[in-house]
Amino acid sequence: MNPKTLKYILKRVILAVFTVWVVITVTFFVMHAVPGGPFVGEKAVSPAVQKAMEAKYGLDKPIMEQYWTYLKDVLHFNFGPSLKQRGRQVLDIIADGMKTSAKLGLIAAAFALVIGVVLGSFAALKRNTFLDRVVMVLTTAFVSMPSFIMGSLLLILFAIRLHVLPANGSTTAGLILPVITLMLSPMSYITRLTRSSMLDVLGQDYIRTARAKGVSKGRIIFGHALKNALIPVITYFGPMLAYIVTGSLVVEQIFAVPGIGRAFVSSITNRDYTMIMGTTIILASLIVIMNLVSDILYKVVDPRINLE
Amino acid sequence: MDKENLKRLSAQVNVDDFLPASEKDKEYMVKMRPSTTAFKDGLRRLRKNKVAMVSFFIIVIITISAIVIPMFWPYKYETMLGMTPGKPMDASFKNLPPFAYSTTELRRIEAGEKIIPHIFGTDASGRDYFIRVVYGTRISLAVGFFASLIVLLIGLTIGAIAGYMGGVVDMISMRIVDIIYSLPDMLMIILLAASLKMTLEKSLEGTIFAKIGTNIISLFIIFALLYWVSMARLVRGQILSLREQEYVLAAQTAGAKSGWVIRKHLLPNCISVIVISTALQIPNAIFTESYLSFLGLGVNAPMPSLGSLASDALNGINSYPYRLVIPAVVISLIVLSLNLFGDGLRDAFDPKLNG
Repeated sequence: MNPKTLKYILKRVILAVFTVWVVITVTFFVMHAVPGGPFVGEKAVSPAVQKAMEAKYGLDKPIMEQYWTYLKDVLHFNFGPSLKQRGRQVLDIIADGMKTSAKLGLIAAAFALVIGVVLGSFAALKRNTFLDRVVMVLTTAFVSMPSFIMGSLLLILFAIRLHVLPANGSTTAGLILPVITLMLSPMSYITRLTRSSMLDVLGQDYIRTARAKGVSKGRIIFGHALKNALIPVITYFGPMLAYIVTGSLVVEQIFAVPGIGRAFVSSITNRDYTMIMGTTIILASLIVIMNLVSDILYKVVDPRINLE
Repeated sequence: MDKENLKRLSAQVNVDDFLPASEKDKEYMVKMRPSTTAFKDGLRRLRKNKVAMVSFFIIVIITISAIVIPMFWPYKYETMLGMTPGKPMDASFKNLPPFAYSTTELRRIEAGEKIIPHIFGTDASGRDYFIRVVYGTRISLAVGFFASLIVLLIGLTIGAIAGYMGGVVDMISMRIVDIIYSLPDMLMIILLAASLKMTLEKSLEGTIFAKIGTNIISLFIIFALLYWVSMARLVRGQILSLREQEYVLAAQTAGAKSGWVIRKHLLPNCISVIVISTALQIPNAIFTESYLSFLGLGVNAPMPSLGSLASDALNGINSYPYRLVIPAVVISLIVLSLNLFGDGLRDAFDPKLNG
């Protein structure tokens, strides 16, 4: 690795760390700017009880002191107790939901990647044929369709009209529809990305050389072209994770999947402050880290790329 | 050389060919094309693009109907039809299927009255669903339009200043852009929407803003805070490359002030890029609004938006799936045609951007 690449990586890591810090700070101060505090809306409590509760959660201290304590706690992965689910730590709730959500997200990402790359390669190979057109029209439609609409339509079609798949996402079979919902948009994007970069690669000299040597078409595609055509797909890893995380918020709602997205949305509706803060920070950090990794990978895989 | 070639070489002059051309001949030979501007040229290219034109007409039709239909339609989006003051609730208005009438309406029809049908039926509170969808479309379009306008204004100002001033100003504003750019936008939006909703509720009571609703205002604040960055980057990049042009130097030599140079020389030259990315920003804003409405952070009830209609319909999805399908189709249609039209604009007016 040359020093220029190292310098780039260092710069990106610093920006990422800084971004995570901004996320924590913004989250903290935004949530603390909300008037009334977290105990408003509970059944009326006497001022003494209110005082006692604020003291218990450290809310009576000056705001900067609370901020430093929170920052220290977050660095130790301590997000405090949930305000609404008695006796549970925020981190435990997140870890619980993460099991389901991670499964859902990873399966969706894997399918999106595999199907997208295969479809994109075929579309590039069969360029300007009927098949290519169909793929392009469908992917254009899927890319711009909001995930909650996709999910609802799939729910109506497969679970309510045809009765072939379960609507409730708490079982393994129930994950099929959520996975398809989350998968379609990234898959379409990867298909289009692969198609255009494959067309780009197929026009290069080394492919012509391989063809002149008499290498078979399949070998040219899968042995020579695909490796280079996939490089731009790496840059999509970060945005894909971001899409899947935000998509899972609504998809888990629609299909009643007991994951982190549903926990997050319900924490917003019942004003569980520590839960909102913890989930935002963890999910945001995940996305920032994934963006960092995909940017660095992109640079390392193809040193010709100048990212300045 | 053989004979044939010799024959060809011999000059066979026709005297007629050397006569001055008559007016008629001139008209035939010289075809004057009307002079064209870059704008007209782009328009011509846009007209040739069938996909973009079809999308454009869909947008126009949807927009006009969203504006005009609520003006003369006999039902209102918030009226519960079964409710008449001083009388018990007429339950037959609730959950009507499309084109069905309630019992009171049937009686009135028998009496010879003409009643406009409930095209999409009514909802669980007895409100005409068609007008709710139309009104929801209106809200969604308005939110998309104004949010893009805010993004345009802020992004344009900051981008232009950063690009033109350069140096420290540029560096600081671009670092800020970098950080906002790398924030996970949707999560930040949800966080801000949730907290602004709680913060604004109290302070807006009684002002005209309360009528618009805290959630729409927080949506605009969010767009003003987070979404200007890509516009600022774009404008800055354009200005940076335009700044080095000779005519800018000439203007500066003649004593033009910075504001003048930015307004008169730099901005008009990046107008096409700006218009295109604003056009592509609108579907993005509509999408965000419907997403937030779906999570319950969008417009305030009883005002409908396409996202909140879809979200409300989720409760009765077993019995009334069409109530979800209708707003879903409208959102998809709007977002898709705006995107395709934006792409068409880009291809027509800025072939350089095509990527």
